[in-house]
Amino acid sequence: MKITRRGFIQTVGAATAIGVAGVPYIALGAGKKVVVVGGGTGGATAAKYLRMADPSIEVTLIEANKEYYTCYLSNEVLGGDRSLDSIKFGYDGLAKHGVKVVHDMVTGIDAAAKMVKTAGGQSFGYDRCIVAPGIDLNYGKIEGYSAEVAEKIPHAWKAGPQTALLRSQLEAMKDGGTVVIAAPPNPFRCPPGPYERASQIAMYLQNNKPKSKVIILDAKPKFSKQGLFIGAWQKLYGYGTDKAMIEWHGQQEEAGVVKVDAGSNTVTTAFGDDIKADVLNIIPPQMAGAVASAAGLTDDGGWCPVNLATFESKIHAGVHVLGDASNAIGMPKSAYAANSQAKVCAAAVAALLAGQEPGTPSYVNTCYSIAGKDYAFSVANVYRLAEDGSKIVAVSGGVTPGDASAEQFKRDVAYAHSWFNNITKDAFG
Amino acid sequence: MVYKTLSKAFLIAGLAVGVSSGALAADAPKTMMGASDAMLANTCAGCHGTDGVSSGPAIPNISGLSNDYFVEIMKGYAAGTVPSTVMGRMAQGYTEDEIKQLAKFYIAKPFVKAKQDFDPKLVKEGGKLHDKYCEKCHAEGGQSAEDDAGVMAGQWTPYLMIQFADFNAGHREAPKKMAKKMKDLLSKEGQSGLDALISFYASQQK
Repeated sequence: MKITRRGFIQTVGAATAIGVAGVPYIALGAGKKVVVVGGGTGGATAAKYLRMADPSIEVTLIEANKEYYTCYLSNEVLGGDRSLDSIKFGYDGLAKHGVKVVHDMVTGIDAAAKMVKTAGGQSFGYDRCIVAPGIDLNYGKIEGYSAEVAEKIPHAWKAGPQTALLRSQLEAMKDGGTVVIAAPPNPFRCPPGPYERASQIAMYLQNNKPKSKVIILDAKPKFSKQGLFIGAWQKLYGYGTDKAMIEWHGQQEEAGVVKVDAGSNTVTTAFGDDIKADVLNIIPPQMAGAVASAAGLTDDGGWCPVNLATFESKIHAGVHVLGDASNAIGMPKSAYAANSQAKVCAAAVAALLAGQEPGTPSYVNTCYSIAGKDYAFSVANVYRLAEDGSKIVAVSGGVTPGDASAEQFKRDVAYAHSWFNNITKDAFG
Repeated sequence: MVYKTLSKAFLIAGLAVGVSSGALAADAPKTMMGASDAMLANTCAGCHGTDGVSSGPAIPNISGLSNDYFVEIMKGYAAGTVPSTVMGRMAQGYTEDEIKQLAKFYIAKPFVKAKQDFDPKLVKEGGKLHDKYCEKCHAEGGQSAEDDAGVMAGQWTPYLMIQFADFNAGHREAPKKMAKKMKDLLSKEGQSGLDALISFYASQQK
């Protein structure tokens, strides 16, 4: 029998494990250890694909919450077409792949000692660490907004209770009410998300409270899939007419929200206009998840600079950062991007742990926006790494053509739902 | 190695047109080539499921197909001869060699039949219609992944219905014999025949 290197390591690892059973989390020098920090789409995918790439790697995923609510398709919960339960995922699927799942809050990553520490007082040594904390909300950028105020005026940009809160406020709102969405400046999680949200809320209002409207106050002069959204809003919600159910005001009008008065549910724009809302949704500026900055992985912009071929931090060797928290130059902050980056990262980590050179990466992003009944569109790109490693380049793709047929817009709703079933299974199942 | 995919896609299409997604091609920098089969293929799984096994219902399983079918349909997407919403945009991102790599990866994975609803009353009739109109090319009750025929047994129903609609409307070109058989089927058996056929394929779950 030919003894491969990998087989040899497994054999030795098994023998050693018997000898020290009951003493977990201590580097044995046998099976390599990877600690994944964060159990969103990126972290979960990385953990699973690492185990698929090399089952001899011991993968521990640390995530504070027992359940994850996807931000993607949470707008359908706001629109009323989807239950909150349908966007909730647990970690049993990862356990089946041999991932050790620990529910605890990571408080620090010591890159020199190769050690992850948690609020629960646990320490986890690693050979390589993958950090996928997603985003944090930069409340400080909007005067009067805070984590406490968000309990009353939701951001709903991390799904779960925040989504439920915003939905309940929409349900309680009187007909003829005004919903104000404050859209964030770039870069932020899910670039088309605020506009899909406006669409889903408009659809709900049209069917239930038709005298109401949605006003988007945007810190940007333009936005993702803008032509497609405006086309949809014209067709579905009277956009641009005196019966418009959606209004968009951009940076041209200095419409970005700079201040909120929680007592009167009123926002102030950069121009100085005060706008009172019946339901207020403030999506604040964003930065990498807190653990990334605590671990010193962020730059002045608040995001994590990484090697785009391996997602290894440019600041701390041995620590990889992927998904929304990373500065994956050229790719949007989307669930699909995180899923794709996680696979590139997992392959690179498996190679590096085996003493090999990481291979050539390949990336994809696909993102659907559901603008109304039987009406969705997509952006889809294949990406490659520039030869000098400086950026990730879209080599094909783009958005749904504006003159797509009604049948195509309808099909993209079905594809969006199938995409959701598959990406969540690919990550968590 | 320099990136040449778009031009190849248009060569496949036999079109000497300007690149429609021109912004991508004009000032695009040189990009790295030579990704492994798994690296290329795993990017598909976000939509098609891990190892190409789709949780459906509108996005198909892409595992366990025939090599010829896989390569041809990807080329068809890139060329625009097979209609799609996103697949055309995706397929143009890969060279012919990479499409072969994708095929190699996915044909080696087992086709897992979809667990889905169907009308049990229609299955027997659907089986007869399959034998009459389809079995000659889609052998073994539509299970066979031989030659260039697609697998229909256990494929997701909404996906199959979209394909039938596109063939029927002339948006997707069928091979001559298939076009004739489909026309015969629809004229003689009508929509209820198609429903029976689809129930037959969906009923095959083992």
